[in-house]
Amino acid sequence: MTRRRTYQLVVLFFAALLAMGAADAAGRFSSIGHKLVCTCGCTQILVECNHVGCPDSPKLIAELRGKIASGDGDTSIFNWFAAKYGPTVLATPMRGGFDNVAWIVPVSLFLLATLGTVYIVHRWNRRSQPAIAGVPSSTAQAPSDDLRDRIRRDTEY
Amino acid sequence: MNQQLTSAPVLSHPMPQFGSFALLLALMLSVYTLLAGSIALWQMAYGRRGRISPEKLAETARRAGIASFIAVASAAFALVWASFTNDYSVAYILHHTNRDLNPAYKFSALWSGQEGSLLLWAFLLSVYGFVLRLKHKVDVRLSAYASTILSSVQVFFLLILVFAAPPFALWQGAPQPDGFGLNPLLQYPEMVIHPPMLYFGYVGFAVPFAFALGALMMRYPGEKWIAITRRWTMIAWLFLTCGICLGMHWAYAVLGWGGYWGWDPVENASFLPWLTGTAFLHSVMMQEKRGMMKSWNVWLIFITFLLTILGTDLTRSGLVSSVHAFAQSSIGSWFTTFMVIVFAVCLFTYFLQRDHLKSENKLESVVSREASFLFNNLVLLAACFTILWGTLFPVLSEYVQGSKVTMGAPYFNRVAVPVGLFLLFLTGVGPLLAWRSTSLRSIRRNMILPCIAVVFTAVVLIAFGVRPWKDDEAAGGIYALLAFSIGAGVITAISSEFLRGAGVVRTQTRKNLLSSGILLVRRNTRRYGGYLVHFGIVVLFAGLAGSAFKQEKELEMGFGDSIELSGYKLVCQSFTQDSNKNYDTDYALLDVYKGTKKITQLAPEKRFYNASQTSSTMVAIHSTLARDLYVVFEGRNPETNRPIIRVIINPLVSWIWIGVGIVVLGTFIALAPSIRPALTGSLTPKSEERELQPVAGGAA
Repeated sequence: MTRRRTYQLVVLFFAALLAMGAADAAGRFSSIGHKLVCTCGCTQILVECNHVGCPDSPKLIAELRGKIASGDGDTSIFNWFAAKYGPTVLATPMRGGFDNVAWIVPVSLFLLATLGTVYIVHRWNRRSQPAIAGVPSSTAQAPSDDLRDRIRRDTEY
Repeated sequence: MNQQLTSAPVLSHPMPQFGSFALLLALMLSVYTLLAGSIALWQMAYGRRGRISPEKLAETARRAGIASFIAVASAAFALVWASFTNDYSVAYILHHTNRDLNPAYKFSALWSGQEGSLLLWAFLLSVYGFVLRLKHKVDVRLSAYASTILSSVQVFFLLILVFAAPPFALWQGAPQPDGFGLNPLLQYPEMVIHPPMLYFGYVGFAVPFAFALGALMMRYPGEKWIAITRRWTMIAWLFLTCGICLGMHWAYAVLGWGGYWGWDPVENASFLPWLTGTAFLHSVMMQEKRGMMKSWNVWLIFITFLLTILGTDLTRSGLVSSVHAFAQSSIGSWFTTFMVIVFAVCLFTYFLQRDHLKSENKLESVVSREASFLFNNLVLLAACFTILWGTLFPVLSEYVQGSKVTMGAPYFNRVAVPVGLFLLFLTGVGPLLAWRSTSLRSIRRNMILPCIAVVFTAVVLIAFGVRPWKDDEAAGGIYALLAFSIGAGVITAISSEFLRGAGVVRTQTRKNLLSSGILLVRRNTRRYGGYLVHFGIVVLFAGLAGSAFKQEKELEMGFGDSIELSGYKLVCQSFTQDSNKNYDTDYALLDVYKGTKKITQLAPEKRFYNASQTSSTMVAIHSTLARDLYVVFEGRNPETNRPIIRVIINPLVSWIWIGVGIVVLGTFIALAPSIRPALTGSLTPKSEERELQPVAGGAA
């Protein structure tokens, strides 16, 4: 098996694991219930809030069961809850529109920062080479790593 | 409440009067430190001289700073005294204590409310300032700058304490025979040490901030200021780490929801400076070793300090709602103003002196220790921004859409956990890379074992039933599988690097491997302390990953009823009530069986506090290395009057606390001075060693 094929298999393996993780759900009730919060003020996930005497969670859970039994889709259930209890009943922003900004901004910024860092590193790398013209480039003619390791140990430890 | 407060008539209440006077004196001394210090430094910088020489003026400022410590300590003592003597003429004591409160909580009342916690902040800042001013000889001029900057922060806190949130304000209503009591959630042993630890961390970052700003203002030559501030930064980081983890344990043991981290805004606020502080601790090594990233480092510590203030602002301003915000008020605007001023000063100083921060070296390869630090910083800052964004998005949403949204744990888990796993991966890769550049051959050689460990662990876990794709509660999640596998790789990488070093020492000294290992650590405490911290982080991640296998059950139980979960059987023996002067208790006695063997008896409680007329849960936990049996007495069913018991199996939680212990130990080792190695026969020709010396600066 070629090295490229091995790398491809490794990438495929992890991609498959990720895809399986995304599909992980312990039933629709649990899945939807974990995306709603109790409205009593405890800020807990709906299906995890079971305070004795909680004025809200039993009612909300019953409504959720009813909605699932009536065959409503996930989006329709979320919309129904958001319309009845306000958007704070949703554990994460998911109504579309400006709510998407909550998800897009961190990912975009991370990607931009990564690209920016790679660009800066690339530019530094290009600049440093003419600057040390005449001196053997550390990357091109670096001493062997064994020697480097040995020197590091000798001088540091 | 403010209408009922007034200043105390002279000498009618000697201790509150003494405390108020001490605060006023501390403010005056701090203002003097700031003004005299600023004038002296200005004179020194521009070669001016007044009637008093700038050196003498700076010395008077330093001494005034030391005296301000005594004044603030006296004020803190006065408040504690008032608490222990049940002086309910002081409104703060009336609102946060009662006669029958445990003495430990009477002491912790100092930081249980707004005014007290601000006084604690001022006191801790004065402690740091006191030590800094005593140790000024390490660099007199730089210390003078740092002392002056620190005094400006102190002036801000003392201004709040004197004018906006006075802790010694008197109660003007009818005299009260007893106090209103302490919030029941705060009546837990960890609350005696968690807030001071957290505050020591928050406040501690003011010192490296002051040194960094001072060094920039005076165009400090060289990188010595980093060496001076390294210990300060590590101590602040250590306290913040301990504070955050004690808070996690408190939430776990007191709030009764079965978890330890709920991504609450106040939790997030404490985590943000930890992330940037961690980034600073890493990237500062690039400046120390290679003269790089100077602007970046300065801004990292500026941002870290600003985030500590933001954290306090979030807690107190009511900007975001939190179950942890015990002290909300209108003083948020003070903090916002202060943050704006600090940011403006930092920005102005940076633009004025930015030519002083030019890098001496450039990054030569993407595959190098420097690059790994760069990516580590990138990931830490991405995590910081993501969490800050998630914390503040409800406010932004309300502004843009007119309605608030909830940013619950699912949001943070989805966006922050992958970032955390990437960070975990970097903790393993970073130490394997050399400074300047690493060849692919070297990477392959160093990475082969860790990669085998990753794959092997994943395969073993899948074989033993960790199958995220299965629709089963006990099958775990993909993140748990990745955390365990990457963790195994990181431990292998750290261990192999350590053993390689120990092997070299063994060759040199002919001692056994253990002695060689100890000698190796003593010769470079910073590097190997750092490795141990990384190891602790891996253990902590393993503990966190255990939450993917959490199971729970809830049941209304009568006498003799039992509940079974994950191999445990809990049998109800009795329900009973008890009371003392401070609270009444409802609790259940549950025998716990593993198989047929009784292993322990647990007594989860529900307490009702008389003074505050509020209730809280006291969770019963049976901890083992594999899992915690977590039992909550949730209350009685109003219809049947029978207790409702909730049982949760929390796997691997103990490893979180063990991981924290290892992190603390590693930090202590990194703080200890290294011993100089005895001269051994060099394996390298002298000419080669001289030529390649920069490569050797590989402290982790």
